[in-house]
Amino acid sequence: MAIEVRIPTILRSHTGGAKTVEGSGDTLGALIDDLDGQYGGLKGRLVTDEGALHRFVNVYVNDEDVRFTGALDTALEDGDSVTVLPAVAGG
Amino acid sequence: MARFNSLIDSLGGTPLVGLPRLSPSPDVRLWAKLEDRNPTGSIKDRAALYMIEAAEKDGRLEPGVTLLEPTSGNTGISLAMVARQRGYDLICVMPENTSRERRQLLEMYGARIVSSPAAGGSNQAVAMAKAMVAQNPQLVMLYQYGNEANARAHYEGTGPEILADLPTITHFVAGLGTTGTLMGAGRYLREKVPSIQIVAAEPRYGELVYGLRNIDEGFVPELYDDTVLTTRFSVGPLEALRRTRELVEQEGIFAGISSGAILHAALAMAGKALDAGVPAEIALVVCDGGWKYLSTGAYAGTLEEAEAALEGQLWA
Repeated sequence: MAIEVRIPTILRSHTGGAKTVEGSGDTLGALIDDLDGQYGGLKGRLVTDEGALHRFVNVYVNDEDVRFTGALDTALEDGDSVTVLPAVAGG
Repeated sequence: MARFNSLIDSLGGTPLVGLPRLSPSPDVRLWAKLEDRNPTGSIKDRAALYMIEAAEKDGRLEPGVTLLEPTSGNTGISLAMVARQRGYDLICVMPENTSRERRQLLEMYGARIVSSPAAGGSNQAVAMAKAMVAQNPQLVMLYQYGNEANARAHYEGTGPEILADLPTITHFVAGLGTTGTLMGAGRYLREKVPSIQIVAAEPRYGELVYGLRNIDEGFVPELYDDTVLTTRFSVGPLEALRRTRELVEQEGIFAGISSGAILHAALAMAGKALDAGVPAEIALVVCDGGWKYLSTGAYAGTLEEAEAALEGQLWA
């Protein structure tokens, strides 16, 4: 099961500079664990010690914010697209 | 239409117009709240007036005071217009990668612009403004991201206007920037129509705009409360541009690019309702007209050319 994950500039030090990486998992949490195995340290940048998404990190599955779809328990399917972005101001 | 004592008195009361060609069926309908019909041409006039009037009531403002505000453009333009009428000066801290028209309008209304680096996006504009106020305590920062009067403008204005015009509303879709529109109108509509879906469309910019040095420089507006929302979509420039063009081509509405992003999210909700076979009355916000974005190249050439032209720009 391959899921494409878009990585923001600020986290590419963990992915050897790669903009997009591939991972697998039935849930977002499992996907992040899989990615952490390939790219050490990535999980610590996305998830707090308490096991929640970092306040200033937004993760989208097929462009929908995962905080509204089950957060780390959000179910994933083959072909889904995951985007990670830092939170920024608008207005 | 009516007669008003001044331009500021004419604020709000904007029309809600149907989008018959973009609506997917007679049972799943889209309605656009035309916020470009405000005094300076954007929804931000509502928040600017409320924030200034709240500060006047608190005694923070008197003629001659200088306001300072971090803004990517529209809030600054609205504040500049009201400030000039009321005798205040205004300094806007604005990322350098915002459109020429926004800068020209600000200068025309008498505001001074302090540019923040493009690479830091709006986050750095916010940080710079906070640092300037800390060093110069005589400056007054209304701070749109944390000012309750911003959300209240929509709780008392935008929300009630929409409900009055569309009592059968099932969805409200708006842009997420300061979060004032969604928090204010969203809370009001949820109180009156508990089953309503409140949907945020957040612009997804090019890479440059997210070039923070570390994640802890990220920013979530103090006004934001995610329990008000049903869901939140990230909309990239290509989809936003495609929908912006559909608005003008199919419905005759010449809107700014963020309104295209909002239409994209609204159409996603419309598609879900259609698939589920349930009727829907979806109100969406048109934040401003397209005029201020002509120089970005968003309206010329192919979609792909327009997308390339927007790379690195703060288009919402």
